[in-house]
Amino acid sequence: MIPVLLIFIPVFAGLISFLLKNERTVKGWALVSSLIVLATSIGAITTNNPASTLFDATWLPSLGARFTVSLDGMSKMLVLLTAVAFTLVFVATNKNEYKHTAAFYGLMLLTQAGLMGVFLATDCLLFYFFWEFALIPVYFLCSIWGGKKRIAVTFKFFIYTFVGSLFMLVGILYLYFLTPDQSFSLNSFYSLKLTLTQQCNAFLLFFIAFAIKMPIFPLHTWQPDAYEQSPTATTMILSGVMVKMGLFGVIKWLLPIVPLAINRYAMPVMILSVIGVLYASLIAIKQDDVKRLIAYSSIAHIGLMCAAIFSQKNIALEGVLIQMFNHGINVIGLWIVANAIEQQLGTRKLSELGGLAVTAPKLAILTVIMAFANVALPLTNAFIGEFLMFNGIFQYNIWLAAVAGISIILAAVYTLNMVQKIFYGNTVTATEKAIDIDNNVFLSLSITAVLILVLGVFPQPLIDLTKSAVHLLFVK
Amino acid sequence: MNAIILSALAGVVMMLSGIFTNKQSVIKLVSIIALLVLITGNVLQTYGHCSIQIDTKNLLAFSKAGLYFNTLIFISTFVYFILSGKAIEKAGVNVAEYFALIFFVLCGVSILTSFNGLLMFFLGIEILSIPLYILTGSDKRNLKSNEASLKYFLMGSFSTGLMLMGIALVFGATGNFSLNATGQKTAYDVLNAGILAPVGLLFIFISMLFKVSAAPFHFWTPDVYDGAPSVFTSFMSTIVKAAGFYAFIHLFETKSYDLGPSWKLLLTFAIVLTLLVGNITAIFQHSVKRMLAYSSISQAGFMLFSLYSSNTLAKEGIFIYTVAYSFATIGVFAILIYLKDYTFDGYNGLAKTQPVLAFTNTVFLLSLAGIPLTAGFFGKYFMLASAVKAGAPLMLVIVAVLFAAISVYYYFKVIQAMYFKQGDAELNDNVPTSFKTALIAIAIVIILIGIFPSTVLNWLYF
Repeated sequence: MIPVLLIFIPVFAGLISFLLKNERTVKGWALVSSLIVLATSIGAITTNNPASTLFDATWLPSLGARFTVSLDGMSKMLVLLTAVAFTLVFVATNKNEYKHTAAFYGLMLLTQAGLMGVFLATDCLLFYFFWEFALIPVYFLCSIWGGKKRIAVTFKFFIYTFVGSLFMLVGILYLYFLTPDQSFSLNSFYSLKLTLTQQCNAFLLFFIAFAIKMPIFPLHTWQPDAYEQSPTATTMILSGVMVKMGLFGVIKWLLPIVPLAINRYAMPVMILSVIGVLYASLIAIKQDDVKRLIAYSSIAHIGLMCAAIFSQKNIALEGVLIQMFNHGINVIGLWIVANAIEQQLGTRKLSELGGLAVTAPKLAILTVIMAFANVALPLTNAFIGEFLMFNGIFQYNIWLAAVAGISIILAAVYTLNMVQKIFYGNTVTATEKAIDIDNNVFLSLSITAVLILVLGVFPQPLIDLTKSAVHLLFVK
Repeated sequence: MNAIILSALAGVVMMLSGIFTNKQSVIKLVSIIALLVLITGNVLQTYGHCSIQIDTKNLLAFSKAGLYFNTLIFISTFVYFILSGKAIEKAGVNVAEYFALIFFVLCGVSILTSFNGLLMFFLGIEILSIPLYILTGSDKRNLKSNEASLKYFLMGSFSTGLMLMGIALVFGATGNFSLNATGQKTAYDVLNAGILAPVGLLFIFISMLFKVSAAPFHFWTPDVYDGAPSVFTSFMSTIVKAAGFYAFIHLFETKSYDLGPSWKLLLTFAIVLTLLVGNITAIFQHSVKRMLAYSSISQAGFMLFSLYSSNTLAKEGIFIYTVAYSFATIGVFAILIYLKDYTFDGYNGLAKTQPVLAFTNTVFLLSLAGIPLTAGFFGKYFMLASAVKAGAPLMLVIVAVLFAAISVYYYFKVIQAMYFKQGDAELNDNVPTSFKTALIAIAIVIILIGIFPSTVLNWLYF
């Protein structure tokens, strides 16, 4: 029953919020809804009772599609990430002003429902439905409330992902007609016995969709623009949670179904990923806009995760799962910082900032923690994940690991450079009169910082949560 | 039989009603009542009650699927009357005649869903087409409308001539019009019938491609759809086209496998070309009405898949597609008619002034683009699924989805204009609340079908 709640609480909350008139009510309502979802998802990760983690209902009997949603180790973690992310976003951006506040929050909540559905669905057609369902509200969010170039940029983003998902639809149909019982259920797909050619066909059709969503070099061109132009609250969701859809898709819907094809294409995909990691890191160094910098840094991190998945090593996969959660937390933390700076100072340009640590010490300290996590310094949560991932890539190919390893140094360069340019040096006109962050931002940043440090020192709960999932994947 | 008789009668009644009253609202009311009677009569026959039995010497054969398709067409017409009834009243002075002509078209549709021989097939096509020529030219003082009508008439009669020629050749080769006569040669036993029958079938095929506006015989479509009064374009591009497809499938479904690989090759060619022409040209249109004309060509390309695969899935698919496509297009046109400016810019800022219109229009456009959660998704889904099932080359399916992605471009341009661009879209008229309510109801139906398409399909098997 829990999965159904996780999907439908945001749906109803979202629909109701369209009808609300008062701005404050809407914001409160969205926050309450996200807290309820958070509580439900905490309930979800603690329970193992199949009655509460699985829900199955007839949907389209003639097509062999059922409304099946269930919680396994991986989806538990991503559900928790989604719930935490939305709560953090709503708290941190509480002071942001929007025109049509009700519609904004309504669409945000619908996005949450779509994301939950993607992570929970164990029926392929349902998965496809939610995959698209998560996209539509985001399209409107970015196009209505975004920056100057929002229409063209968001449209590019939409077309890219829509083309990808149409390929996936063909792939789904292709596999569907190969299943013996003509069903879309995950178990039927897992029990498929495919030849290498069939696996390769299916792999290519699915992987285009996932690669665009992650995104993998050279399909990444939509991303920096989309992140820059979207309203920051949406960007947080895009980069914190939505990009995980691609990684999640590969792990859940490709790895167990087409292992031979994964093995066959591992090398080219890993090379592309590593190129993407380096390329994005190098561009990040050159960025002047904080949002674009974080966007490129995010591409680099996701590329590394993709490479780790394709190394097909148990240990790397564990690292990816852990990192999916941690990266979500860290990047949202960075976006909160970016949002706080932009809201107060009206600029995101590194060249126009400086010396903010003098006037906003709390923000400075918390940002430094985020920055360390972004560099994956030991004792921060990102370290364990990156360590495991590099371990796996190293086992697969030393050279790839070595080249990808450069990205750690580059990450330190651009992240610390950003911190330095914003917070240290002499104060400039923009930062002279700045005041420190308000309680909302402080609260959300502190929560993020606590999560970073606690999971950095004691990552065992996350490892336990993902271990079972990884074992299951490799047994299949 | 009910549907054929009742629709013809309704046509006559409508013509006469023009004599007795000049009040347009009365005429509209009569037409809606006549349509409801028609629906009832057809539904009753579907379940074997109160059907009029006439020995048609095996010229007509009523199947459950055909009758059910009638119902869907009539319901679409009902939606059309509700949404565009007012626009029909405004299209010209002879309102009663317009309604009468529409009923005659429905009569043609009813014959096309039940023909059992090439003779009745031809009659159905003619009964369907002739009223359309008149409706296209109904805006008598508009040169464009006249031109469209003449063009349509000339091209249409040429293609009908081709069809007749084909039928004659097939008859010459097999000595029979019937599609499934027992114990003797049917019109489809073409394999041992020499060169005449295949050539005849090819002619019929070409003229049908013309009727459903598939490439490379689509050239009339944009001009006719653009020139005709918008309200009749809406009717032509939805209900009539869907009926044409049903007839097309009905004509070729039983024997399509015997026609050999060249048949599939021909269809593949037609599908790819139709998708290409429809989508690529639609991108470059400035007028939404013309864009819809080209988009209707591209939608025809998708519907051709049902002919390609001709299996159960395809048949189910064409039902869903008919409903999804007709409802959405009728809705888009109904809103278009209210606008002063038919270009994309005419939609600028509609969301601010008319949120209901903008929202429902968005749902319709999303459905046309085939986005999940709308009926249009399942229309496309069934078409693609049936093709994959029928063993179509994966490349063909991939090409089709790529064109579906292209179609997003021009449908979303309208959404962008409505929501994201500044401006104040000017309307011709005040929008009555009843119209808004109807739009919302149809949008809800589209979304419901998009979540539970079985609700439409289950009736097929009851």
